[in-house]
Amino acid sequence: MTPLLSVEHLSISFTQYDRGTRRRILPAIRDLDLTIDRGQVAAVVGSSGSGKSLLAHGILGILPYNAHMEGTITYDGAPLTPKRAAALRGREIVLVPQSVGYLDPLMKVGPQVGRDKTAVRAVLDRYGLGPETEGLYPFQLSGGMARRVLISTAVAASPALVIADEPTPGLDARAAGRILGHFRELADAGTGVLLITHDLELALTIADKVAVFYAGETVEEAPAGDFDRLEDLRHPYTRALWQALPQHGFRPIPGTQPYPGALPEGCPFAPRCPKCTSECGGDVPYRPLDGGFVRCLHPERGNAS
Amino acid sequence: MILEARDLTFRYHPKGPAVIGRVDLTLKSGERLGLTGPSGRGKTTLCRLLAGYDRPDAGEVLLDGRPLSTYRGYCPVQMVWQHPELVVDPLRTLGATLAEGWAVEERVLAGLHIEPGWLTRYPSELSGGELQRFCVARALGPATRFLLCDELSAMLDLITQAQIWSFLLEEAERRDLGLLIVSHSSPLLERLCTRTQAL
Repeated sequence: MTPLLSVEHLSISFTQYDRGTRRRILPAIRDLDLTIDRGQVAAVVGSSGSGKSLLAHGILGILPYNAHMEGTITYDGAPLTPKRAAALRGREIVLVPQSVGYLDPLMKVGPQVGRDKTAVRAVLDRYGLGPETEGLYPFQLSGGMARRVLISTAVAASPALVIADEPTPGLDARAAGRILGHFRELADAGTGVLLITHDLELALTIADKVAVFYAGETVEEAPAGDFDRLEDLRHPYTRALWQALPQHGFRPIPGTQPYPGALPEGCPFAPRCPKCTSECGGDVPYRPLDGGFVRCLHPERGNAS
Repeated sequence: MILEARDLTFRYHPKGPAVIGRVDLTLKSGERLGLTGPSGRGKTTLCRLLAGYDRPDAGEVLLDGRPLSTYRGYCPVQMVWQHPELVVDPLRTLGATLAEGWAVEERVLAGLHIEPGWLTRYPSELSGGELQRFCVARALGPATRFLLCDELSAMLDLITQAQIWSFLLEEAERRDLGLLIVSHSSPLLERLCTRTQAL
């Protein structure tokens, strides 16, 4: 079966002007691979600045003018060209954006969600927003309500692929659980869902598989079940994420993710990695390992295949 | 110092519903109080009242027994907002935005892992998590006594969340700050707070 969406060797870079006319290229995403099947929830988890939102914008073809994209994106068996993306987005492929600033501040919620009043009512109702919400302007909404309006706007079109970019921060656990439950329902009805989030714990409640991003690369792809135990995780960064959970020790590792302009050669996690060796400065391939994928020369789990 | 809310009531519109209805809250220096409640219950509104952005319709906000509105100059109660991208000037570099608040110490920048290269960038060029570090740094001026953290780390990844909180806990301890921590994550509140209050 062909996957609904497949991303192969995707790279996105930005051209910036530094001091007048000196041009420089910032690589933001490098050699990224990801597939989503119909009916699947694939979560992309990574720290801020790892390129998660860019992936979404790249798929939709809404990158800023100074961005350059390479690699292939295939949607429903055919290449997703910028023209095709423009025709499909908002209809078959929809985005639930990250910032509540994406709502039009001068437009009431009702008309912003859609033109068909019955459909608008139905979709708002599904997310627990009463009829009074339709007459409100975005500034009158609480953070959590604004999020639910954003989600309503996206799913009102009955899409085949939903890209949700951080749909849950600011929601209480019950509301977040309910919204993720709706994504799960959409997936169970055959929709592909790409859930982009930093919230590993919430992602695990509905995801079938999890891809972990670090500094613009996928460092690990694992079935959701592997996150039950630290021992089943492959990449040292994934393990560090797991150990930073408030209920698993709340232990931060030092340092920050390198900025795109200052990436080290080879593995971008090397400067923070306890298992780093001199070989890590070279080429590190992304390879299958124990039912998942890992980009590491010294994976924590099992033996390299 | 003690920050007190006494019998606070607040409506955004004179005929609208009371978003905050008769709320009492006490926060002492050195304390870390967790505030919970479903979305739309008024957690952010309560923070706005406590930081002096809005005046209550009834009740009062007292700092050491004196109404907060009578304090002049830098407000000792500072707030870190839920959506950092909406509270920084999109037309200024982050270095300029920071300098507007106070001369931020190197120690704070290092503690929050703010890279020197970010200072010359504009808000649209940084991620939400990176912006939030600036918002935390900006709120930690020397005269800050209480910090209201409205879903401060809801948008951060786990490692950044643990980093920022370990810095803030240390800073709060060192300066005897009182923290009000609004969050939906009960494991996080359990880890951070000395006590919690539901709204």
